[in-house]
Amino acid sequence: MSDAAAQKQKRPALGQFGTVLWDVASRPSGAIGLALVLGHIILALISPWLVSYDFRSMDSSLILEGPSAEHWLGSDHLGRDILSRVLQGGRVALLVTGIATPIALLWGGVTGVLLGLIGGRADEVAMRIVDAFLSIPGVLPLLVLVTIFGTGNEVMIPTLAFFYGIPVIRVIRAATHDVVARDFVLAARARGHSRLSIVWRELLPNVRDAMMVEGAMRWSWMLLAFSSLSFLGFGVSPPTPDWGLMISDARAYMPLAPWGVLAPVIALSSLIIGINLTADALAKAMGIDRARKAVV
Amino acid sequence: MLRMLLRRLLLGVVTVWIVSVIIFAGVEALPGDACTAFLERDAKGKLLENCRHDLGLDKPAVTRYLDWAAGAVRGDFGISADGQQSIASMVGDRVKNSFLLAAGALAVGVPLAILLGVITGLWRDRWIDILFSTGAIFAMTIPEFVSATVLILIFAIWLGWVPAIVLTPADAPALDFFPEFILASVVLTMVMIAHIMRMVRSSVIEAMASDYVQMAMLKGVPYWRIVFRHALPNALLPAINVVALTVAWLLGGVVVVEVVFNYPGLGRTMIDAISDRDLPVVQALAMIVAATYVGVNLIADMLTILLNPRLRTQRMRRK
Repeated sequence: MSDAAAQKQKRPALGQFGTVLWDVASRPSGAIGLALVLGHIILALISPWLVSYDFRSMDSSLILEGPSAEHWLGSDHLGRDILSRVLQGGRVALLVTGIATPIALLWGGVTGVLLGLIGGRADEVAMRIVDAFLSIPGVLPLLVLVTIFGTGNEVMIPTLAFFYGIPVIRVIRAATHDVVARDFVLAARARGHSRLSIVWRELLPNVRDAMMVEGAMRWSWMLLAFSSLSFLGFGVSPPTPDWGLMISDARAYMPLAPWGVLAPVIALSSLIIGINLTADALAKAMGIDRARKAVV
Repeated sequence: MLRMLLRRLLLGVVTVWIVSVIIFAGVEALPGDACTAFLERDAKGKLLENCRHDLGLDKPAVTRYLDWAAGAVRGDFGISADGQQSIASMVGDRVKNSFLLAAGALAVGVPLAILLGVITGLWRDRWIDILFSTGAIFAMTIPEFVSATVLILIFAIWLGWVPAIVLTPADAPALDFFPEFILASVVLTMVMIAHIMRMVRSSVIEAMASDYVQMAMLKGVPYWRIVFRHALPNALLPAINVVALTVAWLLGGVVVVEVVFNYPGLGRTMIDAISDRDLPVVQALAMIVAATYVGVNLIADMLTILLNPRLRTQRMRRK
C-alpha cells in the first residue's frame, strides 16, 4: 500500500493523470461514460452554430407538432423548437453545475483537510454541524435553502456550491485522517515544515484521488438536484430552458406529444448516466469502493 | 457497550438540536415575519404591533426559539402563516400518507434487494450480475421525476394499466389509495433496490473472498453451507445501515415523486408551503424529516452494535 503510494508519488502529475484517464477509458463502462460526458460537453460548446432556431421564438402554427425535417424533435406547447431548447438546456445545466462543482470541491476539500489536520474540539463541533446539514435527505435541504435565498441562476450556483461542499468536507476529512498519522507527515512535522506546507505538499496530493471521485459524484448529484429543483418550479426562471423544467411543462401534453417529454428525458438521463459510469470507473481505477457509500 | 449506546443517543439528540437551530436561524434571517406576511400592505404602526404582540413576535429571538422548540418536542408546531390552522392537524394525515408510501416500498424492496444483492454477488461478472448491476446504475442515477414520467407514459398512457395520478383526498383511509399509488411506490422501490443491492453485492463479494470462507472451502464444506452459514451472516450486517439510510431517503426523496403523482404526502405539503412561503410549515416539516432521519440511523447503528460483537471492540478502540 505505502510502496504503491510512494511509487505513484514519484510520477509527474500530468503522467499520473494520463494513466488514470487511460485506466478509466480502457474499462467498457468508463469508455461509454467518458464518451457520453464528452459528447454532451462538445454539443454544449458548439450548439450555437448547430441550431437554426431561437429557443425563445414561438410559432403558433407549430404547437405540439411532431418531429419533421425542419424541426427534428418537433415543437412544444408554445410552438418552440424542441431540439434547440434541449441543446440550450444542456448549456445551462453544464454551466451552472460546471461552476458550482469546483467551488464545492474547493471549499469542502480545504475545510475537510484542515479539520482532519487540526482535529480536537473544532473538528468535533464542525462535524456535528455537517451531520446536522446532512440529516435532511434528498432535495429537501436545497428546498429549504431555496426558500431562504430565493431562486434563479445567480442564486442557484452559490446555493448548490455551498450545500454540496458539505458532504465533501466529511469525505475529505476522513481521507485526511487516514493520511495524517502516516510516517511521511510525521517526518515533515519533524523537519519543521509549516502547517500550510504540510497541507499543500503532503496532504493534498494524497487526498487527490478521493477528491476526484468525490468531484464526479458531486457533479452528478448537483445535476440531479438542479434539474429536480427546476422540475418542481424552484430552479431557473423561464424562458431559460432547462431539462427539468421542459419535462415538467411537457408532462401535461404527454398523451398528445410524447416526444416533448422524451427529448429532455433522454438528454438528462444520458448525461447523468455518463457521469456516473465515469465516476464508477474512476473509483475502480483508484481502488475506492463506491458501492459502500450509500445514498447521502 | 452501554456507554457507547448512550453516546450514540446523545450524538443523535445533539444533531437534531443543531438542525433546529440552523432552521430557526435561517428563517429568522429572512426579512419580514408572519405578521408582515399576514397583514401585507397594512403592516405598519399599531396594527403591526398588535399582531406581533398577539403572536408573541415581540419577544427576543432566543425566547421564541425556546418556545418553538418546547412546542415541537410535544408535537405542537404552532400555526401556519396563512391563517389560524394548526400545523399539527394539517400535517398529521400527510405524514401518515408518506409513511404508507414508504412502508409499501420497503416491504417489497428490502427483501428483493437483498436477494438480488446476494445473487449478483455470488455470480459476480456473469450475465445475471451484469444485467442487474447495469440496471441498478440506471435506477440509481436517473432522477425520480424522469423515471416516474417515463413509467406514467408507458403504463398509464400507452398501456392504460394503472391510473397516472392520485386523486384521493389526503384524509382518506389507507386502502383508498390503492391502486393509485402503485406507480409511485414502484418508482421509489426501484431506486431503493438499486442502492441496497449494490451494497449487499459488494459485501457478499468481500465475504466470499475472506480467509474464513477460503478455509471452509479447503476443508470441503459444501458450497451452500458456506454461503448461508459463513458468508451471509457477516455480509448482511452492513446492510442494516444502508436500509436505514434508505428509509430516511424515502421520507425525504419522496418529495419529487409525490409531486409527480399528486400524492397527498409530506413532500407535496412541503412544496406547497415553499411556494406560499409558509415558513412555519417548512420549519415543522424539515424538523420532522431530520428527526426521523436521525432516529432511523440511530436505531440502525444500535442494532449493528448489538448484533456484531466484533464491531463493538473495533469502535471502542477507535474512539
